[in-house]
Amino acid sequence: MAMSIWEYANPKKFMETSSIALPWAAGGALLCLIVGLVWGFFFTPDDYKQGSTVKIIYLHVPSALMAINAWLMMLAASLIWLVRRHHVSALAAKAAGPVGLTFTLVALVTGAVWGQPMWGTWWAWDPRLTSFLILALFYLGYIALWQAVENPDTAADLTSVLCIVGSVFAVLSRYAVNFWNQGLHQGASLSLDKEENVADVFYFPLLVCIGGFVLLFLTLVLLRTRTEIRVRRVQALLARERMA
Amino acid sequence: MIALLLRDLRLALRAGGGFGLGLAFFLLVAVLVPLGVGPEPATLAKIAPGILWVGALLACLLSLDRIFALDHEDGSLDLLATAPIPLEGVVAVKACAHWIVTGLPLTLVSPLLGLLMNLPAEGYPLLLASLAIGTPALSVIGTFGAALTVGLKRGGLLLSLLVLPLYVPTLVFGAEAVRRGALGMDVATPFLLLGGITAGVAALLPFASAAAVRINLR
Amino acid sequence: MDLTVTNLACARGGVTVLERVSFGLSGGAALILRGPNGIGKTTLLRTVAGLQPAVAGEISMPPEAVAYAAHADGLKATLTVAENLAFWAAIYGTDRAPHAIQRMNLAALADRQAQNLSAGQKRRLGLARLLVTGRPLWVLDEPTVSLDAASVALFAEAVRAHLAEGGAALMATHIDLGLAEAEVLDLAPYRAETPAGAEPADDPFAGVTA
Repeated sequence: MAMSIWEYANPKKFMETSSIALPWAAGGALLCLIVGLVWGFFFTPDDYKQGSTVKIIYLHVPSALMAINAWLMMLAASLIWLVRRHHVSALAAKAAGPVGLTFTLVALVTGAVWGQPMWGTWWAWDPRLTSFLILALFYLGYIALWQAVENPDTAADLTSVLCIVGSVFAVLSRYAVNFWNQGLHQGASLSLDKEENVADVFYFPLLVCIGGFVLLFLTLVLLRTRTEIRVRRVQALLARERMA
Repeated sequence: MIALLLRDLRLALRAGGGFGLGLAFFLLVAVLVPLGVGPEPATLAKIAPGILWVGALLACLLSLDRIFALDHEDGSLDLLATAPIPLEGVVAVKACAHWIVTGLPLTLVSPLLGLLMNLPAEGYPLLLASLAIGTPALSVIGTFGAALTVGLKRGGLLLSLLVLPLYVPTLVFGAEAVRRGALGMDVATPFLLLGGITAGVAALLPFASAAAVRINLR
Repeated sequence: MDLTVTNLACARGGVTVLERVSFGLSGGAALILRGPNGIGKTTLLRTVAGLQPAVAGEISMPPEAVAYAAHADGLKATLTVAENLAFWAAIYGTDRAPHAIQRMNLAALADRQAQNLSAGQKRRLGLARLLVTGRPLWVLDEPTVSLDAASVALFAEAVRAHLAEGGAALMATHIDLGLAEAEVLDLAPYRAETPAGAEPADDPFAGVTA
């Protein structure tokens, strides 16, 4: 009989599997980030227009990408929780919140550091920058709701509803902000027709960095989910002890 | 449902304070901003649409936590949840009542505050129209935030944190409609988008709000 | 009017407190739940009223049968007695408000705001709301809290009349209402218990070690 993927939603099974996967993910993240960043920083030429400042792209683009992907992962995990009531799924969404917020802040800060020499200002109300600022607010609200609600299942339900509604509004905000200001930001650095965007010399180390960030995200979420599961286990044991 | 609407309106009128508070706050914003940015008429005219929209939004935010809190405290919410009207309907009616006691009066006094803010003449009908179309969305979205935080003891600040990011599209399109109008630009697009948001949230968000209330009552 | 509860399990704050609860209740009968504080009387009543989902088991009854009343009466302080009842009458689509005022002896207070009532009078108004609903199954959580002896008698009379009309009542109460026809269900045997050393069946994180 084929094994169901839902088997991994069992906390015990998840703890076993993740303990094996975690060192690999962490090692892979470290390797990719070292290779990608060293390659990107020291073995690629400076941009003819932007000089060496362009190299912040190796931090900026992957973190911006993961800031959005983390929210998508939270959305998927929230839906799984609402439909199938797998506790690991809810806790993984909870675990991803602060990680996603951190990536968003890294994207904002590296963007500011990049923007300063390029546009002559640390901050501009550019649609993309503004969207990321709004995304950070969505993350803050999501995390705050998790922390405010005492009962863990209630918190999981409410944050899931917020995540779904928030996703719709995040997309709406993106369009609203685009409408509101056409912006200074360059177009997407990566797309399928890559010739038009970034030259190969920058492209390959960038891909390695993105891989590194994906693995870093996976590592952090696994680690945090494992912690959340342990916290729930300890709480259950303590509650039982108090009742006995 | 009409009975619920009438009851909520009657309670808002009798409780005293709740009704006028948002209006007073809106007025204060329109007085404080010129004191803060200086009396230069051209500057005020330029920022008037945005300030008035932000003021209306914050005034709306002020009374959101009362939407469910009182009914939750005295047990009415439990009773309404077991009543023969669907909870989605209850939630929609409550949003409607909130709009009538906050959004509607804010809209009606906005031209007066436009005067204080030196809004250009062509901005007045647009300000009225954009607030009339946009403030219902503020109430409906706010009701969703209130539904999420209904069981919490100190939910007020959290409510603002949850609701404000959700207000971004409404604020942008609402203020943009007035701003563009004051500059003599085309206003059809922002108005259509604003109307679309109001219609969309009014149709869909009560389901999410009712789900959140049910979760919190459990 | 028939309520049948089969093998019901219900949870408070994610912890199952009662399990394998089964009972039936038909028109004209009353059932009083007994048991020490914290055993789950309120949880059971809220589950039957549909305010929270059952963990396991089934509850079958006709649709829209339940009128629920809990510790909080759901009264609006700034509305008068008559207005409070008229509101619930409109919500339930009945015209029984005058009847309820009569029955709970509230006629003299009809125009008084609820905030100016004594605790016992408020309670009576809360119970009058039950009469207004016109629903056959009353689910009552400590209905006699803060009632004086005369009001308790009045309330017992209202319940008796409700039963005589073919209604039913499920309630948690500590005091004796003097309802001869009421049966008593002691919840103690249904307490959800886990054998020493074993993991509770409803703990999703059971067996997680490190």
